[in-house]
Amino acid sequence: MARRRSRRPGSMWRSTLLACLALGAASAVAQDARKSGFAYMGPDTQAMQKDDLANPGMLSALDGEALWNAPAGASGKSCASCHGDATASMKGVAARYPAYEATHNAPVDLAGRINLCREGNQQAPALPRESREAIGLATYIGQQSRGLSIAPPDDPRLTPFHEQGKALYTQRMGQLNFSCAQCHDENAGGHLGAAPIPQAHPTGYPLYRLEWQATGSLQRRFRNCMAGVRAEPYSYGSPEFIALELYLMDRAKGMAVETPAVRP
Amino acid sequence: MRALVMFLAFLPGAASAQALAPYVIEHGEIRASLTGKAGDPARGRAIVGERQKGLCLLCHSGPFPEERFQGDLAPTLNGVGARMSEGEIRLRMVDGGKVNPQTIMPAYYRVDGLTRVAPALRGKPVLNAQEIEDVVAYLLTLKDGGAPGRMK
Repeated sequence: MARRRSRRPGSMWRSTLLACLALGAASAVAQDARKSGFAYMGPDTQAMQKDDLANPGMLSALDGEALWNAPAGASGKSCASCHGDATASMKGVAARYPAYEATHNAPVDLAGRINLCREGNQQAPALPRESREAIGLATYIGQQSRGLSIAPPDDPRLTPFHEQGKALYTQRMGQLNFSCAQCHDENAGGHLGAAPIPQAHPTGYPLYRLEWQATGSLQRRFRNCMAGVRAEPYSYGSPEFIALELYLMDRAKGMAVETPAVRP
Repeated sequence: MRALVMFLAFLPGAASAQALAPYVIEHGEIRASLTGKAGDPARGRAIVGERQKGLCLLCHSGPFPEERFQGDLAPTLNGVGARMSEGEIRLRMVDGGKVNPQTIMPAYYRVDGLTRVAPALRGKPVLNAQEIEDVVAYLLTLKDGGAPGRMK
C-alpha cells in the first residue's frame, strides 16, 4: 500500500492528507464544543444528580430493579430469568438504542424493546409509556450504562431513519414556528426567559426533572418542547419520535450516559 | 427592487377562524394600521410583558423592571421606537420572516404556511389585529436606548 501511494503525484497526496487533517481537527473541535445539559445547571442541581442518595431518579431505578426480578405474564418469567444479572447483561445496552428491529423493519427505542420482550417472551401486557413501571425498567437498564459512551449501532438500515430524524430536528413547527435546531443549535447557551438553552444531547434519560417532579423519558421532553412552540405533539412511541431520538443519539455519539440524570 | 405585495389572507373553510385583515408590504414596511386606528400603548405594554400571550420577554429584554427573567436571544426592545419606523415594527410583528426568512421571531399575524399547529390554535394568529396595533403603539414609545426605556 505504501509503495502504491508513493507513486501518486506528491502534491495531490499531500493536499489530500492536509484536507484529512483539517477535517479531523474540525471534528475534534466540534466534539469538544458539545456539552451535556448537566453543564448548564446550577451547582445545587448538579450536586443532586451526582449524589445517588439525593438523586430522585434513583427511586425509579429501584422500581426498575424490583420489576427486573419479578415474574410477569403467562410465562412466569422475570427479565432476570433470561438476562440474569442486569449489572452485567445490560451494561452498554441503553447506550446503543434506538436499534433496528428486523421484525418491524424499523428502529425501536429502549421502551419499545422492553415491551417487545414483555409481549413476546414473558407473554405479559405491554407497559404503558411513561408509566411508573415503564420508566422504572428503562431507568434501571439505562443506569447500567452510566459513564459509558453513547454508541449508536453502525447499521446502514438505520440511515433513512437517521435522515428522517434530522429532517424533523430542522423542521419548523407550531404556531410559533420553531425548529429544534433554531434553539438547540443556533441559540444553545442563550436564555429563554430565565432558562439556559442546552444543546439537546439526550445523555441522561430517563431523568428526573424538577419541573415534572417525576422521572420521565426523552419523548416526554419532546412533547414539552412541541407544546412550547404550540405544535401538536407526536405520540409516545411514534415513528417520528423514535427517528428523532435516533438522530439525537447519533449526534451525541461518544458522550457519557448519565442515567438517571437530574434536570431543572 | 421591492415589489408591492398584497396579502389577502383568508382561511379556507374554518368557520371558527376569522379572516386576517389585509395588509400591504411596501419598502419593508406595513404602513397602515391593521385596524385602521392607532393602538393603545398601555394595553400593548401589558401584552409585551405577559409571558403567556405576548411571549416577547422570553427572547427580548426591555424596560420591565418588574420582570426578573428576560431572554437574551434577540435584540433588546429598549430604543426600538428610535431604531425603526412604525411600519417596520408592524411588519416585524406581523411576519418577521418577510424581512429575514431565517429569523426566530414568530409571525404574530399569520396563519398559513405553518406545520403541525396545535389543533386548538389552527387558523388563529398569535395576536389579533387590535393586539398587534397595541404592541406597535407601545414599542413606538421606546425611544430611549438605555434601560429602562422612557414611556411617553
